[in-house]
Amino acid sequence: MDRATVTACPTPVGAGFFVPAHMNASAPARRHLTGLEGMPRETLMHLLDAAKLYRERIASGPWQSEALRGVAVCNAFFEDSTRTRVSFELAEQRLGAMPVTIAETGTSLAKGESVLDTLHVIASMHVTAIVVRHRASGMARFLAGEIPASIINAGDGQHEHPTQGLLDLMTLRDAWGGRFERRRIAIVGDIRHSRVARSAIAGLRTLGARVTVCGPATLLPAHVEALGCEVAPTTEDALSGADAAMALRLQRERMEGGLLPAGGEYAQVWGLTPDRLRLMADHAVVLHPGPVNRGVEITPEAADGPRSAILRQTANGIAVRCAVLSWCVTGDAGAAA
Amino acid sequence: MDWRSGERVDIAIEDGVIRAVVPHGAPAVGGAVIEARGALVAPGLVDLHVHLREPGQSHKETIASGTRAAAAGGFTSVACMPNTEPVLDSPAWGEWVLNRARESGACRVHPIAAVTLGQKGETLAPAMALKAAGAVALSDDGRPIESAAMMRHALEYARASALPIVCHEEDLTLRREGQMNEGPVATRLGLRGIPTAAESVMVRRDVELAELTGGRAHLAHLSCAASFEALRDAHRRGLAVTGETCPHYWTLTDEAVGDYDTHAKMNPPLRGAADRAAVIRAIVDGTVDCFSTDHAPHSRADKRQPFDQAPFGIVGLETALGLTLTHLVEPRHIPLIRALELWTDAPRRVFGLPEVRIAPGFPADLVLIDTGASWTVDPEMFASMGRNTPFAGWTLRGRVIATICGGRATYDGSPRGGEMEGQASPRDPLGSAILAPPGSRP
Repeated sequence: MDRATVTACPTPVGAGFFVPAHMNASAPARRHLTGLEGMPRETLMHLLDAAKLYRERIASGPWQSEALRGVAVCNAFFEDSTRTRVSFELAEQRLGAMPVTIAETGTSLAKGESVLDTLHVIASMHVTAIVVRHRASGMARFLAGEIPASIINAGDGQHEHPTQGLLDLMTLRDAWGGRFERRRIAIVGDIRHSRVARSAIAGLRTLGARVTVCGPATLLPAHVEALGCEVAPTTEDALSGADAAMALRLQRERMEGGLLPAGGEYAQVWGLTPDRLRLMADHAVVLHPGPVNRGVEITPEAADGPRSAILRQTANGIAVRCAVLSWCVTGDAGAAA
Repeated sequence: MDWRSGERVDIAIEDGVIRAVVPHGAPAVGGAVIEARGALVAPGLVDLHVHLREPGQSHKETIASGTRAAAAGGFTSVACMPNTEPVLDSPAWGEWVLNRARESGACRVHPIAAVTLGQKGETLAPAMALKAAGAVALSDDGRPIESAAMMRHALEYARASALPIVCHEEDLTLRREGQMNEGPVATRLGLRGIPTAAESVMVRRDVELAELTGGRAHLAHLSCAASFEALRDAHRRGLAVTGETCPHYWTLTDEAVGDYDTHAKMNPPLRGAADRAAVIRAIVDGTVDCFSTDHAPHSRADKRQPFDQAPFGIVGLETALGLTLTHLVEPRHIPLIRALELWTDAPRRVFGLPEVRIAPGFPADLVLIDTGASWTVDPEMFASMGRNTPFAGWTLRGRVIATICGGRATYDGSPRGGEMEGQASPRDPLGSAILAPPGSRP
């Protein structure tokens, strides 16, 4: 596939990104990626098309683009992360950008005001894009209105994790032969605390797929149907005939007392086992955002079995982050491919 | 125009007291004249639930700025909450607030003292001494009294002082880290929800404790259907329980949070549409005993934070009357007189404040309202230091033309709550003033 197949991105409008009203009209418009909710279908497809190009480039051997040469990007992780941070750093380096990373968890920086101060200082050092992870829902949207840099959300509290959502879409697009309509995915587990689920549901709904969620009532958000998905009473109901399943990690660090039953009951009732996965359609795949609690959300046999797309998700992660960086900085997700 | 009779009247005021109320056009005595043709004259509004932030948080509001905001909103009396720094839990601080209000206040200030020392819920504050120092009620507002036993004892002990306990109803174990109403909007935004039950289970508890103790409880800022159901029940049972609600609960729902708007973040949170309808129903059927604003000013920096981290609270004094006339009276939920009663006579009764009538011998605490005038809410024009309102840009009907407190004009309708020029200082109330329509000569 060559670059000509990447269509020009229309001027974005919608909740996923915006140019703050207080910006000088003559200043170049900054693009942000704060979430997939409200992102138009064309933009999603533009990013996914571009990600495919990056995946090919990266798989073809040693490769580095010069497209973002001289562009400084800051990875600001105010919450623990290994895989997402490394994935962003690799993507930035693949595109020739200059990444710097701050990882400040549990310090004074966790407070909103100091985050704002710190990132203002970073932005004043001519940093073009800032990748942010923070425990406060809405942090990325807040910063997009405050900081003169492109804000890329790498996870804000329980709100969204849009690059994870994009890599899930990319993985499913491959597994589903490019078609999202009349496909259905079952998302099982801790929906309440999951920003991964919110991003995936938003993107899948826009592209036309159906989403069924399932989990203990204590781990489903109140009014979960507001996200545009259906609720299945049992794991078996959710999985029957599904075209994919996604197990969510139990986010014990976000949990208050009383949400989980004692002992191994969670795994018994809601864990993904090879037997349960057989209820799905023949072509169905299994996703998990990682890190996997083996034997809890999913058994080792299921996680490593033939239906598992978990490792493909990780590889796709770097490709979608290349597309997002290029899109935010140049306006064209495929510009660096 | 008298608010009850609808008749055009001239009102003569002397030494802070109404001396005469006569049909318009009758011969007048000398003195300064406020012309108010076509305006409605009513007793000054009363707000039982205001955070003046002084002492300790004068970057958010002061007694001077907060009472100017009150005057601009048509209020002549406010009761201020004790969750200051330090907490108002000793007679000395009660007197300090009253002194400060005498020096710099633009309305009467009635301190509410803490129920427990430091609002910690552990030791009862000295209610009798606090009453002697001027407290009109007791409250740990901002926090619930978590222990049912402590609430029981507080209600019991307060009986001797006859002070009502103003209850901030919130079960903290249900609220947990909640940031907004539990509902579809919270789910979409990934914000932790506060269920209505976090409020209503405590309302139920305190209704039962009021029965057990015979104590006097006033339920603050009620926001949801289940709370009004409990209050209705308390009224049916003849208990000494009253309840208030605030303009934002009948005008807004949690949809106003939109895209993490911290100006729509308050506690109790804005609820769903069904609860908003229940608020209006409870106002219409008389369950709501009075209105209040829960005026809670915060600085710009306070509110300019991610939603999770921004403090709860909005300002309310300067929009209360307009929101009442526009969203309760205009849609014909309640008549104008009833709406004004809920801001005047009703709260005075709830806290046992001196009665104000437009009749000779009563304090000259009056508000002049142009009920037909529309205006647009511009937070930059607020007299309050707080700009944290979700109503910016709203067009409201009902404008305060002037506020008179103790015979002194405390607001003259000008932006920023400027006081009328040429008036006497607060220590020396205006000797004489006459309210009369233009054309009549003093």
